[in-house]
Amino acid sequence: MTLELTTTDRPYLPRGVRMHKDRVRGGVVLLAPEKAILLDDIGVAILSRIDGKRRFGEIIADLAEAFKAPPAQIESDVQRFLGGLRARMYLGVTP
Amino acid sequence: MNKPSPIEQPEPAQSTGNVPPPLAMLAELTHRCPLSCPYCSNPLTLSGKDGELDTSEWIDVFRQAADIGVLQLHISGGEPASRRDLVELVEGAEKAGLYTNLVTSGVGLTPRRMDELEQAGLEHIQLSLQGTNAELADRIGGYKGGFERKMQVAAEIAKRGIPLTLNAVMHRHNMDDLEHTIEMALELGARRLEVACVQFHGWALKNRAALMPTRQQTDKVKQQVAEAQERLRGVLAFDFVPPDYYADFPKACMGGWGSTGLNITPDGTVLPCHVAQSIPHLEFGNIRQTPLRDIWYDSAAFNAYRGTDWMPEPCTSCERKEIDFGGCRCQALLLAGDAGAVDPVCTRSPDHGRITDILTAEMAADTPEFTYRKL
Repeated sequence: MTLELTTTDRPYLPRGVRMHKDRVRGGVVLLAPEKAILLDDIGVAILSRIDGKRRFGEIIADLAEAFKAPPAQIESDVQRFLGGLRARMYLGVTP
Repeated sequence: MNKPSPIEQPEPAQSTGNVPPPLAMLAELTHRCPLSCPYCSNPLTLSGKDGELDTSEWIDVFRQAADIGVLQLHISGGEPASRRDLVELVEGAEKAGLYTNLVTSGVGLTPRRMDELEQAGLEHIQLSLQGTNAELADRIGGYKGGFERKMQVAAEIAKRGIPLTLNAVMHRHNMDDLEHTIEMALELGARRLEVACVQFHGWALKNRAALMPTRQQTDKVKQQVAEAQERLRGVLAFDFVPPDYYADFPKACMGGWGSTGLNITPDGTVLPCHVAQSIPHLEFGNIRQTPLRDIWYDSAAFNAYRGTDWMPEPCTSCERKEIDFGGCRCQALLLAGDAGAVDPVCTRSPDHGRITDILTAEMAADTPEFTYRKL
């Protein structure tokens, strides 16, 4: 299956996957089954906008405005990041 | 229970000094287990109930672990459900702020207990699979009725929506059944399938001649995993631990000694990996006497093979030295006679001939009966 999100898809973090403030290392990690992924600021910016309600298109528009970057460039970065999470089953998508 | 790779290598973390804080901890609550798998990852000399850390001692370890940076807790055994205080321990770990993963055969998890575990905050279950049918699974696990019980537990997990990984331990007797194993993972609603080929230490070493797959089986399984990974992208995630005797390079055991993970035995001994006690010259600290922080950062055992300074040639000048960290120290001792040698699995090791000799001898002989693990 394709892991690309469409504009109207609503991504969410499934049960067992959550963001966690790391008080020892500083920063934020994504905790998933048997895995911890250190997030950079961009990762945090993306995932903190994912709540299962907002649609992919809205998230891209919001990020483009926040980072003052062209939506097309933001979209390709976010697709790559979320596609990686989806392949590991760390991201769910509601149409 | 078998855990060839109990602690998956997480992404590298930022270091606060020369030694990074640990990310993952494997807590072997007990060696007790209703199963008696011939590849059990527990040591040959198993400890009984009397020596086990009690509830408050374990919860104190969980707090200490969280304080020094551990994020992931793998609650294992033996069979962790053999501990009557399992729910309390999960609750304690959650309160300490750890991500809790229960590594289980499923035996002992009644629906009521699962309700309680869920309420305590358990986040993920890794369910072991000995085989895809009762006859095979119960023969390998040495426990009649175990497979049926496991299937009931899997259904209960799915009903509750608890994230599930199926850990299929593979060897000569079930490797040809991989397609069926994948179908089963899908049917049971697992998000992830670990195809973990047996690694030869402890009980598995005792049973090596009975468990060693053929090269043909190994090649086929690699191909099948690669194909299934592609076909099931976004449906089922795979983790693959190949049989390392057939590999060109060794596995990066624990992602590097003392770099990301640690293991606590039932009596509170702290190890860099679950087999480390097979290296007789190392002395391991115990949390009954020494704080976890001191053991992780300052103990001679954790510093013995940390980083790359300890490495011999050909590792020192090898471009892979920070990819596989010289391989497994326990395997180096076992097959090269020196825990500070290159893992002989590596084709660049001067002792690699040991591996080919073992394979030749074991493939030529008849398959022996299993020696089951026992207390």
